[in-house]
Amino acid sequence: MEQASPVRSYLEQTANPNNVLVNIGPSHPATHGTIQIIAELEGETVRSADVHCGYLHRGFEKSAEHHPYHKIIPYTDRLNYCSSLNNNFAFAGAVERLLGIEITPRCKYLRTLLSEYNRLADHVTCIAATVMEMGAMTAFLYLMTIRDYIFEHLNHLTGARLTYSYVRIGGLARDLPEEWLKRLEEILLFYERYIERIHGLLDRNRIFIDRTRDVGVMTQEQALHWGFTGPILRSTGLACDLRKDIPYLAYPELDFEVPVGIKGDNYDRYYVRMREMDESVSMIRQCMLRLPSGPVSVNDPRVTLPSKEQVYTRTEALINHFKLIIDGIQVPAGEIYLAHEAPNGELGFYLVSDGSERPYKLHVRSPSFAHMGGMHTLLEGYQVADIIATFGSMNMIGGECDR
Amino acid sequence: MAMNTRILKELYESSEENFGITVLKLKGEDLLPLVTLLKDECGFDLLLDVTAVDYPDCELRFEVVYHLYSSRHNRRLRLKVPVPESCPAVPTLTGLYGSACYAERETHEMYGIEFSGNGDLRPILLYEGFDGHPLRKDYPIDGEQPIVAYRK
Repeated sequence: MEQASPVRSYLEQTANPNNVLVNIGPSHPATHGTIQIIAELEGETVRSADVHCGYLHRGFEKSAEHHPYHKIIPYTDRLNYCSSLNNNFAFAGAVERLLGIEITPRCKYLRTLLSEYNRLADHVTCIAATVMEMGAMTAFLYLMTIRDYIFEHLNHLTGARLTYSYVRIGGLARDLPEEWLKRLEEILLFYERYIERIHGLLDRNRIFIDRTRDVGVMTQEQALHWGFTGPILRSTGLACDLRKDIPYLAYPELDFEVPVGIKGDNYDRYYVRMREMDESVSMIRQCMLRLPSGPVSVNDPRVTLPSKEQVYTRTEALINHFKLIIDGIQVPAGEIYLAHEAPNGELGFYLVSDGSERPYKLHVRSPSFAHMGGMHTLLEGYQVADIIATFGSMNMIGGECDR
Repeated sequence: MAMNTRILKELYESSEENFGITVLKLKGEDLLPLVTLLKDECGFDLLLDVTAVDYPDCELRFEVVYHLYSSRHNRRLRLKVPVPESCPAVPTLTGLYGSACYAERETHEMYGIEFSGNGDLRPILLYEGFDGHPLRKDYPIDGEQPIVAYRK
Protein backbone atom coordinates (compact mmCIF):
# COMPACT_ATOMS: atom_id res chain seq x y z
CA MET A 1 0.00 0.00 0.00
CA GLU A 2 1.30 3.39 -0.90
CA GLN A 3 1.68 5.67 2.09
CA ALA A 4 1.15 9.37 1.71
CA SER A 5 3.69 11.70 3.30
CA PRO A 6 2.62 12.67 6.82
CA VAL A 7 3.61 16.28 6.19
CA ARG A 8 2.83 18.66 3.41
CA SER A 9 5.50 21.27 3.11
CA TYR A 10 4.87 24.63 1.55
CA LEU A 11 8.31 24.15 0.01
CA GLU A 12 7.47 21.69 -2.73
CA GLN A 13 9.58 23.15 -5.42
CA THR A 14 12.05 25.96 -5.43
CA ALA A 15 11.35 29.23 -7.18
CA ASN A 16 14.95 29.45 -8.31
CA PRO A 17 15.92 26.37 -10.36
CA ASN A 18 19.47 26.50 -8.99
CA ASN A 19 18.29 26.06 -5.41
CA VAL A 20 17.79 22.63 -3.94
CA LEU A 21 15.42 21.27 -1.34
CA VAL A 22 16.92 19.23 1.45
CA ASN A 23 15.02 17.22 3.99
CA ILE A 24 16.63 16.94 7.43
CA GLY A 25 15.08 14.61 9.98
CA PRO A 26 12.81 13.58 11.62
CA SER A 27 15.33 10.92 12.52
CA HIS A 28 18.72 12.47 12.13
CA PRO A 29 21.76 11.72 14.29
CA ALA A 30 22.49 15.39 14.86
CA THR A 31 19.01 16.46 15.92
CA HIS A 32 18.45 15.25 19.45
CA GLY A 33 14.71 15.21 19.07
CA THR A 34 12.38 14.10 16.35
CA ILE A 35 11.97 17.14 14.20
CA GLN A 36 11.87 17.61 10.47
CA ILE A 37 13.34 20.60 8.71
CA ILE A 38 12.70 21.02 5.02
CA ALA A 39 15.18 23.60 3.82
CA GLU A 40 15.68 25.39 0.55
CA LEU A 41 19.39 25.84 -0.06
CA GLU A 42 21.24 28.20 -2.29
CA GLY A 43 24.65 26.63 -2.31
CA GLU A 44 25.37 26.16 1.37
CA THR A 45 23.04 28.92 2.54
CA VAL A 46 19.57 28.24 3.90
CA ARG A 47 17.11 30.46 2.04
CA SER A 48 13.97 29.26 3.74
CA ALA A 49 13.12 26.53 6.19
CA ASP A 50 9.90 24.74 7.01
CA VAL A 51 10.01 23.23 10.49
CA HIS A 52 7.70 20.35 11.33
CA CYS A 53 7.18 18.86 14.74
CA GLY A 54 4.61 16.42 16.07
CA TYR A 55 6.47 13.15 15.65
CA LEU A 56 6.31 12.59 19.39
CA HIS A 57 2.68 13.58 19.82
CA ARG A 58 0.95 11.19 22.18
CA GLY A 59 -2.22 13.05 23.11
CA PHE A 60 -1.23 14.27 26.55
CA GLU A 61 -4.15 16.68 26.73
CA LYS A 62 -6.72 14.09 25.66
CA SER A 63 -5.33 11.54 28.12
CA ALA A 64 -5.41 14.11 30.92
CA GLU A 65 -9.15 14.59 30.41
CA HIS A 66 -9.65 10.89 31.14
CA HIS A 67 -7.48 10.51 34.22
CA PRO A 68 -7.87 11.56 37.85
CA TYR A 69 -5.50 14.33 38.91
CA HIS A 70 -2.90 12.26 40.68
CA LYS A 71 -2.65 9.86 37.74
CA ILE A 72 -1.70 12.74 35.45
CA ILE A 73 1.55 13.31 37.36
CA PRO A 74 3.45 10.51 35.52
CA TYR A 75 2.27 12.00 32.22
CA THR A 76 3.75 15.37 33.14
CA ASP A 77 7.13 13.67 33.69
CA ARG A 78 7.21 12.92 30.02
CA LEU A 79 6.79 16.50 28.86
CA ASN A 80 10.30 17.81 29.33
CA TYR A 81 11.98 14.57 30.35
CA CYS A 82 15.28 16.30 31.10
CA SER A 83 13.66 18.22 33.94
CA SER A 84 10.61 16.26 34.99
CA LEU A 85 10.49 17.79 38.45
CA ASN A 86 9.82 21.25 37.04
CA ASN A 87 6.83 19.88 35.12
CA ASN A 88 5.64 17.98 38.20
CA PHE A 89 5.73 21.09 40.37
CA ALA A 90 4.04 23.36 37.84
CA PHE A 91 1.17 20.92 37.38
CA ALA A 92 0.76 20.31 41.10
CA GLY A 93 0.96 24.07 41.72
CA ALA A 94 -1.96 24.69 39.35
CA VAL A 95 -4.14 22.03 40.98
CA GLU A 96 -3.25 23.19 44.49
CA ARG A 97 -4.10 26.81 43.78
CA LEU A 98 -7.46 25.81 42.38
CA LEU A 99 -8.05 23.74 45.53
CA GLY A 100 -6.86 26.62 47.71
CA ILE A 101 -4.12 24.56 49.34
CA GLU A 102 -1.07 26.18 50.87
CA ILE A 103 1.87 23.76 50.84
CA THR A 104 4.07 23.36 53.91
CA PRO A 105 7.22 25.50 54.30
CA ARG A 106 9.50 22.47 53.99
CA CYS A 107 7.74 21.37 50.83
CA LYS A 108 8.05 24.89 49.40
CA TYR A 109 11.80 24.92 49.95
CA LEU A 110 12.30 21.37 48.76
CA ARG A 111 10.37 22.06 45.57
CA THR A 112 12.48 25.16 44.96
CA LEU A 113 15.70 23.28 45.62
CA LEU A 114 14.69 20.42 43.34
CA SER A 115 13.48 22.79 40.60
CA GLU A 116 16.91 24.38 40.51
CA TYR A 117 18.66 21.05 40.73
CA ASN A 118 16.72 19.75 37.76
CA ARG A 119 17.31 23.00 35.88
CA LEU A 120 21.00 22.38 36.37
CA ALA A 121 20.66 18.89 34.86
CA ASP A 122 18.62 20.25 31.96
CA HIS A 123 21.08 23.03 31.09
CA VAL A 124 24.00 20.61 31.39
CA THR A 125 22.27 18.28 28.93
CA CYS A 126 21.54 21.09 26.51
CA ILE A 127 25.10 22.40 26.46
CA ALA A 128 26.57 18.90 26.33
CA ALA A 129 24.47 17.91 23.33
CA THR A 130 25.11 21.17 21.49
CA VAL A 131 28.88 21.08 21.85
CA MET A 132 29.02 17.37 21.08
CA GLU A 133 27.32 18.04 17.76
CA MET A 134 29.96 20.64 17.06
CA GLY A 135 32.67 18.08 17.76
CA ALA A 136 33.64 18.95 21.33
CA MET A 137 33.73 15.46 22.75
CA THR A 138 35.75 16.30 25.87
CA ALA A 139 33.31 18.94 27.05
CA PHE A 140 30.47 16.55 26.31
CA LEU A 141 31.93 13.85 28.50
CA TYR A 142 32.66 16.21 31.37
CA LEU A 143 29.11 17.57 31.28
CA MET A 144 27.56 14.13 30.96
CA THR A 145 29.52 13.06 34.02
CA ILE A 146 27.94 15.87 36.03
CA ARG A 147 24.54 14.97 34.66
CA ASP A 148 24.94 11.35 35.53
CA TYR A 149 25.90 12.16 39.10
CA ILE A 150 22.78 14.30 39.38
CA PHE A 151 20.56 11.60 37.89
CA GLU A 152 21.97 8.94 40.20
CA HIS A 153 21.45 11.28 43.11
CA LEU A 154 17.85 12.00 42.11
CA ASN A 155 17.39 8.29 41.64
CA HIS A 156 18.30 7.86 45.29
CA LEU A 157 15.58 10.34 46.21
CA THR A 158 12.78 9.40 43.83
CA GLY A 159 13.54 5.92 42.56
CA ALA A 160 13.93 6.93 38.92
CA ARG A 161 16.64 8.57 36.84
CA LEU A 162 14.41 10.57 34.51
CA THR A 163 10.70 10.18 35.15
CA TYR A 164 10.48 10.99 38.81
CA SER A 165 6.74 11.45 39.56
CA TYR A 166 7.97 12.77 42.88
CA VAL A 167 5.27 15.34 43.50
CA ARG A 168 1.92 14.72 45.14
CA ILE A 169 -0.98 17.14 45.14
CA GLY A 170 -0.41 18.94 48.42
CA GLY A 171 3.19 17.89 48.96
CA LEU A 172 5.85 15.42 47.96
CA ALA A 173 6.02 11.64 47.79
CA ARG A 174 8.50 11.35 50.67
CA ASP A 175 11.03 13.31 52.63
CA LEU A 176 14.76 13.36 51.85
CA PRO A 177 16.68 10.17 52.59
CA GLU A 178 19.47 10.36 55.14
CA GLU A 179 22.74 11.87 53.96
CA TRP A 180 21.05 13.16 50.80
CA LEU A 181 22.02 16.78 51.44
CA LYS A 182 25.58 15.79 52.24
CA ARG A 183 25.91 14.08 48.88
CA LEU A 184 24.26 17.11 47.23
CA GLU A 185 27.00 19.37 48.51
CA GLU A 186 29.61 16.94 47.19
CA ILE A 187 28.01 17.00 43.76
CA LEU A 188 27.84 20.80 43.75
CA LEU A 189 31.56 20.96 44.52
CA PHE A 190 32.17 18.44 41.76
CA TYR A 191 30.06 20.55 39.40
CA GLU A 192 32.11 23.64 40.19
CA ARG A 193 35.37 21.87 39.50
CA TYR A 194 34.14 20.46 36.21
CA ILE A 195 32.32 23.56 34.96
CA GLU A 196 35.56 25.48 35.32
CA ARG A 197 37.07 23.07 32.79
CA ILE A 198 34.12 23.66 30.45
CA HIS A 199 34.72 27.42 30.65
CA GLY A 200 38.38 26.78 29.90
CA LEU A 201 37.58 24.50 26.98
CA LEU A 202 34.90 26.56 25.29
CA ASP A 203 34.64 30.21 26.28
CA ARG A 204 37.57 31.44 24.21
CA ASN A 205 37.86 28.46 21.91
CA ARG A 206 38.32 29.74 18.37
CA ILE A 207 36.34 26.93 16.73
CA PHE A 208 33.50 27.25 19.21
CA ILE A 209 33.31 31.02 18.78
CA ASP A 210 33.36 30.75 15.00
CA ARG A 211 30.49 28.32 15.10
CA THR A 212 28.38 30.28 17.58
CA ARG A 213 29.19 34.01 17.58
CA ASP A 214 26.87 35.93 15.23
CA VAL A 215 25.08 32.75 14.25
CA GLY A 216 21.34 32.50 14.76
CA VAL A 217 21.10 36.14 15.82
CA MET A 218 17.79 37.44 17.07
CA THR A 219 16.62 40.82 18.32
CA GLN A 220 14.47 41.35 21.37
CA GLU A 221 11.47 42.37 19.25
CA GLN A 222 11.84 39.25 17.12
CA ALA A 223 12.04 37.03 20.18
CA LEU A 224 8.87 38.53 21.66
CA HIS A 225 7.10 38.42 18.31
CA TRP A 226 7.67 34.68 18.03
CA GLY A 227 6.69 34.02 21.65
CA PHE A 228 10.15 33.02 22.87
CA THR A 229 10.69 32.80 26.61
CA GLY A 230 13.32 31.53 29.01
CA PRO A 231 17.06 31.57 28.28
CA ILE A 232 16.45 32.30 24.59
CA LEU A 233 14.53 35.49 25.34
CA ARG A 234 17.04 36.47 28.02
CA SER A 235 19.92 35.95 25.61
CA THR A 236 18.57 38.93 23.66
CA GLY A 237 19.03 41.14 26.71
CA LEU A 238 15.54 41.16 28.23
CA ALA A 239 15.59 40.16 31.89
CA CYS A 240 12.26 38.39 31.76
CA ASP A 241 12.15 35.61 34.34
CA LEU A 242 9.04 34.28 36.05
CA ARG A 243 11.00 33.56 39.20
CA LYS A 244 11.38 37.33 39.56
CA ASP A 245 8.26 38.56 37.77
CA ILE A 246 5.61 36.46 39.51
CA PRO A 247 7.59 34.96 42.38
CA TYR A 248 6.36 31.51 43.30
CA LEU A 249 7.54 28.80 45.72
CA ALA A 250 10.44 30.13 47.81
CA TYR A 251 11.94 32.34 45.10
CA PRO A 252 10.98 35.69 46.70
CA GLU A 253 13.14 34.74 49.70
CA LEU A 254 16.19 33.80 47.66
CA ASP A 255 18.93 36.07 46.41
CA PHE A 256 19.71 35.54 42.74
CA GLU A 257 20.41 37.36 39.51
CA VAL A 258 18.88 37.02 36.07
CA PRO A 259 21.73 36.69 33.54
CA VAL A 260 21.09 38.21 30.13
CA GLY A 261 22.92 38.15 26.82
CA ILE A 262 23.93 40.95 24.49
CA LYS A 263 22.79 40.06 21.02
CA GLY A 264 20.85 36.82 21.13
CA ASP A 265 23.15 34.58 19.12
CA ASN A 266 24.19 31.00 19.79
CA TYR A 267 27.09 32.06 21.97
CA ASP A 268 24.82 34.19 24.16
CA ARG A 269 22.42 31.34 24.57
CA TYR A 270 25.32 29.13 25.65
CA TYR A 271 26.62 31.72 28.07
CA VAL A 272 23.24 32.59 29.56
CA ARG A 273 22.74 28.90 30.35
CA MET A 274 26.21 28.65 31.89
CA ARG A 275 25.54 31.65 34.11
CA GLU A 276 22.09 30.41 35.03
CA MET A 277 23.58 27.15 36.24
CA ASP A 278 25.83 29.09 38.64
CA GLU A 279 22.79 30.98 39.91
CA SER A 280 20.98 27.67 40.37
CA VAL A 281 23.86 26.29 42.42
CA SER A 282 23.80 29.38 44.60
CA MET A 283 20.03 29.02 45.04
CA ILE A 284 20.37 25.33 45.93
CA ARG A 285 22.88 26.26 48.63
CA GLN A 286 20.58 28.96 50.00
CA CYS A 287 17.72 26.46 50.12
CA MET A 288 19.92 23.93 51.93
CA LEU A 289 20.81 26.52 54.54
CA ARG A 290 17.27 27.64 55.12
CA LEU A 291 15.48 24.32 54.71
CA PRO A 292 12.75 24.31 57.39
CA SER A 293 11.85 21.19 59.29
CA GLY A 294 8.36 19.77 59.48
CA PRO A 295 6.11 17.66 57.27
CA VAL A 296 6.47 17.65 53.48
CA SER A 297 2.76 17.21 52.79
CA VAL A 298 -0.23 19.15 54.01
CA ASN A 299 -2.65 17.45 56.31
CA ASP A 300 -5.76 17.94 54.22
CA PRO A 301 -8.23 15.05 53.86
CA ARG A 302 -9.20 16.29 50.39
CA VAL A 303 -5.80 15.44 48.94
CA THR A 304 -3.53 13.52 51.32
CA LEU A 305 -3.94 9.91 52.27
CA PRO A 306 -4.33 9.29 56.00
CA SER A 307 -1.58 7.35 57.75
CA LYS A 308 -1.80 3.57 57.60
CA GLU A 309 -2.19 3.41 61.35
CA GLN A 310 -5.31 5.58 61.17
CA VAL A 311 -6.72 3.65 58.22
CA TYR A 312 -6.62 0.46 60.25
CA THR A 313 -8.08 1.94 63.42
CA ARG A 314 -10.55 4.67 62.43
CA THR A 315 -13.58 4.32 60.17
CA GLU A 316 -13.42 7.92 58.90
CA ALA A 317 -9.81 7.46 57.86
CA LEU A 318 -10.64 4.21 56.10
CA ILE A 319 -13.46 5.87 54.16
CA ASN A 320 -11.21 8.83 53.38
CA HIS A 321 -8.51 6.51 52.05
CA PHE A 322 -11.02 4.57 49.97
CA LYS A 323 -12.60 7.70 48.48
CA LEU A 324 -9.25 9.20 47.58
CA ILE A 325 -8.09 6.04 45.83
CA ILE A 326 -11.35 5.23 44.06
CA ASP A 327 -12.76 8.67 43.29
CA GLY A 328 -9.60 10.72 43.26
CA ILE A 329 -9.20 14.34 44.23
CA GLN A 330 -12.25 16.53 43.66
CA VAL A 331 -11.14 19.92 42.39
CA PRO A 332 -13.69 22.75 42.65
CA ALA A 333 -15.04 24.12 39.39
CA GLY A 334 -13.04 26.96 37.95
CA GLU A 335 -10.10 27.67 35.76
CA ILE A 336 -6.50 28.66 36.25
CA TYR A 337 -3.43 29.39 34.19
CA LEU A 338 -0.29 28.82 36.20
CA ALA A 339 3.18 29.13 34.77
CA HIS A 340 6.55 28.22 36.17
CA GLU A 341 9.96 29.14 34.81
CA ALA A 342 11.00 25.79 33.37
CA PRO A 343 14.58 25.41 32.09
CA ASN A 344 13.37 26.16 28.57
CA GLY A 345 11.03 29.03 29.37
CA GLU A 346 7.48 29.60 30.42
CA LEU A 347 5.78 26.28 31.13
CA GLY A 348 2.12 27.03 31.71
CA PHE A 349 -0.74 24.77 32.66
CA TYR A 350 -4.20 25.99 31.70
CA LEU A 351 -6.59 23.92 33.74
CA VAL A 352 -10.38 24.02 33.52
CA SER A 353 -12.23 22.03 36.15
CA ASP A 354 -15.94 21.23 36.25
CA GLY A 355 -15.81 20.11 39.87
CA SER A 356 -15.24 16.43 39.11
CA GLU A 357 -12.22 14.23 39.76
CA ARG A 358 -10.83 14.77 36.27
CA PRO A 359 -9.78 17.94 34.51
CA TYR A 360 -12.34 19.21 32.04
CA LYS A 361 -9.45 20.54 30.04
CA LEU A 362 -5.74 20.63 30.62
CA HIS A 363 -3.65 22.55 28.16
CA VAL A 364 0.11 22.86 28.31
CA ARG A 365 1.78 26.01 27.11
CA SER A 366 5.10 24.42 26.32
CA PRO A 367 8.11 26.62 25.65
CA SER A 368 9.62 24.29 23.03
CA PHE A 369 6.52 24.41 20.87
CA ALA A 370 6.66 28.21 20.69
CA HIS A 371 10.40 28.05 20.03
CA MET A 372 9.91 25.68 17.11
CA GLY A 373 7.28 28.02 15.70
CA GLY A 374 9.89 30.73 15.28
CA MET A 375 13.01 28.69 14.69
CA HIS A 376 13.00 29.14 10.92
CA THR A 377 13.88 32.82 11.42
CA LEU A 378 17.12 31.74 13.14
CA LEU A 379 18.07 29.35 10.35
CA GLU A 380 17.36 31.46 7.29
CA GLY A 381 20.38 33.25 5.93
CA TYR A 382 22.89 30.99 7.68
CA GLN A 383 24.77 27.90 6.52
CA VAL A 384 23.41 24.36 6.54
CA ALA A 385 25.98 23.37 9.14
CA ASP A 386 24.68 26.15 11.41
CA ILE A 387 21.30 24.43 11.62
CA ILE A 388 22.80 21.93 14.02
CA ALA A 389 24.45 24.53 16.25
CA THR A 390 21.35 26.74 16.33
CA PHE A 391 18.97 23.86 16.85
CA GLY A 392 21.13 22.63 19.72
CA SER A 393 21.11 26.01 21.41
CA MET A 394 17.28 26.08 21.31
CA ASN A 395 17.16 22.92 23.42
CA MET A 396 14.07 21.55 21.76
CA ILE A 397 12.62 18.68 23.78
CA GLY A 398 10.30 16.52 21.72
CA GLY A 399 8.19 15.35 24.64
CA GLU A 400 7.35 18.88 25.64
CA CYS A 401 6.99 20.29 22.14
CA ASP A 402 4.68 17.61 20.79
CA ARG A 403 2.88 16.64 23.99
CA MET B 1 -4.73 56.73 27.23
CA ALA B 2 -8.06 57.73 28.79
CA MET B 3 -9.71 57.67 25.40
CA ASN B 4 -8.17 54.34 24.68
CA THR B 5 -9.51 52.91 27.90
CA ARG B 6 -12.98 53.96 26.77
CA ILE B 7 -12.51 52.36 23.37
CA LEU B 8 -11.12 49.26 25.06
CA LYS B 9 -14.20 48.96 27.26
CA GLU B 10 -16.45 48.99 24.23
CA LEU B 11 -14.59 46.07 22.73
CA TYR B 12 -15.25 43.46 25.39
CA GLU B 13 -18.38 42.22 27.11
CA SER B 14 -17.19 41.35 30.59
CA SER B 15 -14.04 41.29 32.64
CA GLU B 16 -13.02 39.50 35.81
CA GLU B 17 -9.93 38.58 37.79
CA ASN B 18 -8.74 34.98 37.92
CA PHE B 19 -5.64 34.14 39.99
CA GLY B 20 -3.81 37.28 39.00
CA ILE B 21 -4.89 37.25 35.37
CA THR B 22 -7.48 39.62 33.92
CA VAL B 23 -10.02 37.70 31.88
CA LEU B 24 -11.92 39.45 29.11
CA LYS B 25 -14.81 37.91 27.24
CA LEU B 26 -15.52 39.29 23.81
CA LYS B 27 -17.11 38.73 20.44
CA GLY B 28 -15.14 37.41 17.49
CA GLU B 29 -15.48 40.59 15.46
CA ASP B 30 -13.94 42.68 18.26
CA LEU B 31 -10.89 40.45 18.62
CA LEU B 32 -8.64 42.05 16.04
CA PRO B 33 -9.28 45.70 17.03
CA LEU B 34 -8.94 44.83 20.73
CA VAL B 35 -5.69 42.90 20.37
CA THR B 36 -4.25 45.57 18.07
CA LEU B 37 -4.99 48.17 20.71
CA LEU B 38 -3.61 45.98 23.48
CA LYS B 39 -0.41 45.41 21.55
CA ASP B 40 0.17 48.96 20.34
CA GLU B 41 -1.08 50.98 23.30
CA CYS B 42 -0.94 48.73 26.34
CA GLY B 43 2.35 46.91 25.74
CA PHE B 44 1.06 43.35 25.44
CA ASP B 45 3.95 42.23 23.30
CA LEU B 46 3.94 38.48 23.90
CA LEU B 47 1.20 36.13 22.73
CA LEU B 48 1.82 33.12 24.93
CA ASP B 49 -0.77 30.70 23.84
CA VAL B 50 -3.89 29.99 21.83
CA THR B 51 -6.20 27.12 22.69
CA ALA B 52 -9.89 26.32 22.91
CA VAL B 53 -12.34 24.68 25.30
CA ASP B 54 -15.23 22.54 24.10
CA TYR B 55 -18.62 22.85 25.83
CA PRO B 56 -20.87 20.53 23.75
CA ASP B 57 -24.04 21.54 25.59
CA CYS B 58 -23.64 25.29 25.17
CA GLU B 59 -25.20 27.26 22.38
CA LEU B 60 -21.78 28.68 21.59
CA ARG B 61 -19.92 25.40 21.73
CA PHE B 62 -16.29 26.49 21.60
CA GLU B 63 -14.43 29.08 23.55
CA VAL B 64 -11.19 30.18 21.94
CA VAL B 65 -8.75 31.20 24.66
CA TYR B 66 -5.75 33.52 24.25
CA HIS B 67 -3.08 34.28 26.81
CA LEU B 68 -1.20 37.55 26.49
CA TYR B 69 1.70 38.91 28.46
CA SER B 70 3.18 42.36 28.73
CA SER B 71 6.91 42.15 29.38
CA ARG B 72 7.05 45.86 30.17
CA HIS B 73 4.24 45.96 32.74
CA ASN B 74 4.44 42.32 33.83
CA ARG B 75 0.70 41.91 33.34
CA ARG B 76 -1.22 38.95 32.07
CA LEU B 77 -4.44 38.81 30.16
CA ARG B 78 -6.73 36.04 29.04
CA LEU B 79 -9.15 36.63 26.18
CA LYS B 80 -12.09 34.35 25.61
CA VAL B 81 -14.04 34.31 22.40
CA PRO B 82 -17.09 32.00 22.32
CA VAL B 83 -17.94 30.71 18.84
CA PRO B 84 -20.80 28.47 17.63
CA GLU B 85 -20.29 24.99 16.22
CA SER B 86 -21.96 25.96 12.94
CA CYS B 87 -19.37 28.64 12.27
CA PRO B 88 -16.34 28.15 14.53
CA ALA B 89 -14.32 31.03 13.13
CA VAL B 90 -12.28 33.83 14.63
CA PRO B 91 -9.94 36.24 12.86
CA THR B 92 -6.29 35.24 12.81
CA LEU B 93 -3.69 37.03 14.93
CA THR B 94 -0.78 36.02 12.72
CA GLY B 95 -0.56 39.58 11.41
CA LEU B 96 0.27 40.80 14.91
CA TYR B 97 2.17 37.94 16.52
CA GLY B 98 4.36 35.33 14.86
CA SER B 99 3.73 32.96 17.74
CA ALA B 100 0.10 32.74 16.60
CA CYS B 101 1.16 30.69 13.53
CA TYR B 102 1.94 27.45 15.33
CA ALA B 103 -0.62 27.94 18.09
CA GLU B 104 -3.46 28.52 15.63
CA ARG B 105 -2.42 25.50 13.59
CA GLU B 106 -2.61 23.40 16.73
CA THR B 107 -6.01 24.76 17.78
CA HIS B 108 -7.31 24.28 14.26
CA GLU B 109 -6.40 20.61 14.08
CA MET B 110 -7.39 19.81 17.67
CA TYR B 111 -10.76 21.60 17.73
CA GLY B 112 -11.56 22.48 14.14
CA ILE B 113 -11.53 26.22 14.82
CA GLU B 114 -11.15 28.26 11.64
CA PHE B 115 -8.79 31.19 11.84
CA SER B 116 -9.98 33.36 8.99
CA GLY B 117 -7.11 35.03 7.21
CA ASN B 118 -4.57 32.38 8.19
CA GLY B 119 -3.58 30.65 4.98
CA ASP B 120 -1.35 28.08 6.63
CA LEU B 121 -3.48 25.81 8.79
CA ARG B 122 -1.66 22.58 7.93
CA PRO B 123 -1.54 19.92 10.65
CA ILE B 124 1.33 20.41 13.04
CA LEU B 125 1.12 17.81 15.80
CA LEU B 126 -1.09 15.48 13.77
CA TYR B 127 -0.52 14.33 10.21
CA GLU B 128 -2.02 14.80 6.78
CA GLY B 129 -5.16 12.72 6.48
CA PHE B 130 -6.07 12.67 10.17
CA ASP B 131 -9.83 12.33 10.40
CA GLY B 132 -11.64 14.50 12.96
CA HIS B 133 -10.57 16.80 15.77
CA PRO B 134 -9.20 14.78 18.69
CA LEU B 135 -9.69 17.27 21.53
CA ARG B 136 -13.39 17.71 20.85
CA LYS B 137 -15.42 16.05 23.57
CA ASP B 138 -17.25 13.83 21.05
CA TYR B 139 -13.98 12.32 19.75
CA PRO B 140 -13.54 9.02 21.61
CA ILE B 141 -10.23 8.50 23.38
CA ASP B 142 -9.72 5.21 21.51
CA GLY B 143 -10.93 6.56 18.18
CA GLU B 144 -9.54 4.73 15.18
CA GLN B 145 -7.97 6.46 12.22
CA PRO B 146 -8.41 5.38 8.59
CA ILE B 147 -4.73 5.30 7.67
CA VAL B 148 -3.33 3.95 10.93
CA ALA B 149 -4.49 0.49 11.97
CA TYR B 150 -5.60 0.05 15.57
CA ARG B 151 -3.05 -1.94 17.54
CA LYS B 152 -4.68 -4.61 19.65
